[in-house]
Amino acid sequence: MWRLILARLAQGIVTLWLVSVLVFAGTQLLPGDVAASILGQNATPGALEAIRRELGLNEPAIWRYFDWLGGFVQGDLGMSLTNRQPVSELLWPRFGNTMALAAYAAAIGVPLATALGVLTAMLRGSVFDRVSNIGALAMVSLPEYFLGLLLILFFSVKWNLLPSLANVYPGMGFWAWIEATTLPMLVLLLVTAAQIMRMTRTAVLSVMDAPYIETAWLKGLRTGRVVLRHAAPNAVAPVINVVAFNVAYLITGVVLVEVVFNYNGLGRFMVDAVSKRDLPMVQAAAMVFGAVYVLLNMVADIGAIAANPRLRHPRETGA
Amino acid sequence: MTDTAEATGPILSIRDLEVSAPDGTVIVDGVSLDLAKGEILGLIGESGAGKSTIGLAGMGYGRGGCAITGGTVDLLGTDLVQSTRRTRERLRAVRIAYVAQSAAAAFNPALTLGEQIVEAPLMHGVMSRAEARAWMQHLFTKLQLPDPESFGSRYPHQVSGGQLQRAMVAMAMACKPDILVLDEPTTALDVTTQIEVLALLRALIRSEGTAALYITHDLAVIAQIADRLMVLQHGREVETGPTVQILEAPVQDYTRKLVSERHKSLMSAGVDHAASDMLLRMDGITAGYGAEPVLHDVSLTLRRGETLAVVGESGSGKSTLARVLAGLLPQRAGTVEFNGTALPDDYRRRSKDELRRIQLIYQLPDVALNPNQTVAEAIGRPMTRFFGTRGAERRREVERMLDLIDLAPELANRLPGALSGGQKQRVCIARALVAKPDLLICDEVTSALDPLVAEGILRILRELQDRLGVTYLFITHDLSVVRRLADRTMVMQFGRVVEEGPTEQVFEAPREDYTRLLAGSVPELRVGWLDEVQARRGLAHPG
Repeated sequence: MWRLILARLAQGIVTLWLVSVLVFAGTQLLPGDVAASILGQNATPGALEAIRRELGLNEPAIWRYFDWLGGFVQGDLGMSLTNRQPVSELLWPRFGNTMALAAYAAAIGVPLATALGVLTAMLRGSVFDRVSNIGALAMVSLPEYFLGLLLILFFSVKWNLLPSLANVYPGMGFWAWIEATTLPMLVLLLVTAAQIMRMTRTAVLSVMDAPYIETAWLKGLRTGRVVLRHAAPNAVAPVINVVAFNVAYLITGVVLVEVVFNYNGLGRFMVDAVSKRDLPMVQAAAMVFGAVYVLLNMVADIGAIAANPRLRHPRETGA
Repeated sequence: MTDTAEATGPILSIRDLEVSAPDGTVIVDGVSLDLAKGEILGLIGESGAGKSTIGLAGMGYGRGGCAITGGTVDLLGTDLVQSTRRTRERLRAVRIAYVAQSAAAAFNPALTLGEQIVEAPLMHGVMSRAEARAWMQHLFTKLQLPDPESFGSRYPHQVSGGQLQRAMVAMAMACKPDILVLDEPTTALDVTTQIEVLALLRALIRSEGTAALYITHDLAVIAQIADRLMVLQHGREVETGPTVQILEAPVQDYTRKLVSERHKSLMSAGVDHAASDMLLRMDGITAGYGAEPVLHDVSLTLRRGETLAVVGESGSGKSTLARVLAGLLPQRAGTVEFNGTALPDDYRRRSKDELRRIQLIYQLPDVALNPNQTVAEAIGRPMTRFFGTRGAERRREVERMLDLIDLAPELANRLPGALSGGQKQRVCIARALVAKPDLLICDEVTSALDPLVAEGILRILRELQDRLGVTYLFITHDLSVVRRLADRTMVMQFGRVVEEGPTEQVFEAPREDYTRLLAGSVPELRVGWLDEVQARRGLAHPG
């Protein structure tokens, strides 16, 4: 099993490296000249040349790539071109905000969605099962910005329960933070929980047809025991995968929600950086998103490997 | 059968049972039976006879949406048909427990054996955890499982098939039930393992005085353990009687056919093919998948028109040998000579003619036929490929082939899904034969089929050999088939040839211990055979 896990780790690192190549190549293709956009109206050929030299833009792309990657590995994300500050100082607080929102949504959404999935599987065909499924389908089908606007319309405008703008700042109190972020959290929860729930239901149901579940029924066990003790452990692997996929989405797919609620997270940070052609900022944000994605998928795969009893408890004979 | 049983009356009494599938088809129709305390009743019949359905109905359970639609199932005074779900749940495992055919599928892969065995006694509140564990260890000891104290901490995939099947028996006995429903409990095992499990199972239920419904299609097995037999066909009772009477003086035609099927030989014994040409010579074959080879230095010869049976238990390498011969698994060492010329080791390097001359028939016809090709396409395509036969001529040829394998011509346009298992296997045979092969490799071709259907397949293979002179390499674990069909027999174990010679000689005067063990483990269709074997080997005495 450890060999499999190590192999998976190595794969993850290779994937991350490929991501870095893509991110770097992609940002090189962005239209426009940074030097020109920094100088704006004051651009003279001499000034442009000076700035290019200062930023190292005249060096060959390969050299700049390794320079950038080398810095990145050591935690140096480079300097922002527009406001001349280290990218890391600007990026990590925003990343922290995004992570906090994702954690808030995941802490409520993942247990809720998996529990609902198991419950609907147990009550297959019942009214509760059907209503949950229709609800889940509706949530998956609605675009999240539309969902966000709907929530704002009802919770903020009509009922005046929660603020429509998710303003957060350093040093704010816990309950104030909760109040500010609950609406965006709800949007994220609704779009991801539906998928987790449906996948959990499907995974549990496919296990319910297995002969060992019949064995459990023939032992006279009650439905709850059969589902929780006998079916659920065997449905874990696909559920881990869909949970990881959705948690990754909570972090990386948050852009639209952050824009709708004007939330000061990494998604908005990236949008701003792109519009200002601040390449080091774009690269750093893209790398962070990529890393989170790769990391979560890796954790999911390793989790699935660890959940397999055949791999966790190999035969002693080695056969 | 015992006097006390008659005094107390039946503990399970089924009257006019009717079970229907979800689509309304009646699959068990008007079956009644009584089971006395400590009695073993064998339910026998072919697949579709409703044996398992009756066994499960005895627990108030319908598999795959099947439901009891009529009659009564009286278990120790409670009618399971009319009772609530909760009542049925309370009786399961405690009063009546189930042993499935495939323990590998019936155990939950995510839990240890021990957790699954002590679960029922704990959940039903009939024992404390300590009592349940002690009883489990007692059962393990009686079933001769290794390390009874720690065996329960293993996972299902960590033990062998025979051990798992015994653990399944322990799980069923965990609450000391009055009745066991044994659904083909030894069918999935190798012959030498089967006899061991059968002896231990019999000793255990005798010493505990447990009654049983023993479901099987194998008369020779049931003859060793059942007090009475009920013969079933198409969901109806054919006849019921004491085991000896059913085996020796059956009243109904169907029972007679079932009983006599194993006795006939299919060949004119001891045909010597020494005068025929040498068709195949495999020399020093070593082959395998991983680091360790599966086959070690295997050699064999086969003359034209001859039938050679390769026998062995699972893991003996007999199917690997077939794969090497078919070019699916290139050997690491050794040569294959066919029709006097060396045969390339990889089928991709063999000529069309070389491919045509060796054909294969598999164990599972369901998997071997393309579900989207009609019978006519399946049989016709090799004609077009090898001989360029097309159009009306191909249609005529397909009809001729169907006639040859005793299938009605109107089946030509059916898809495999609309055929029975035996019909599918016939189509596979026809598909192999249209290539006009010199050599037909038959890999366990009858082991997935019911005895009477298998009988038909064997007969057809035999007739075809007489008519077409085709040579057979017959790979099987079923020794009764070998005895009745093969001119020569080769016994394999752990990828090596143990013994080889004329079939009569291998069975009647085996030179090697393993051959003797294998031949002596095939259940014989008479009461008392198992006792004789046990006495001879000193196997599994109840203790």
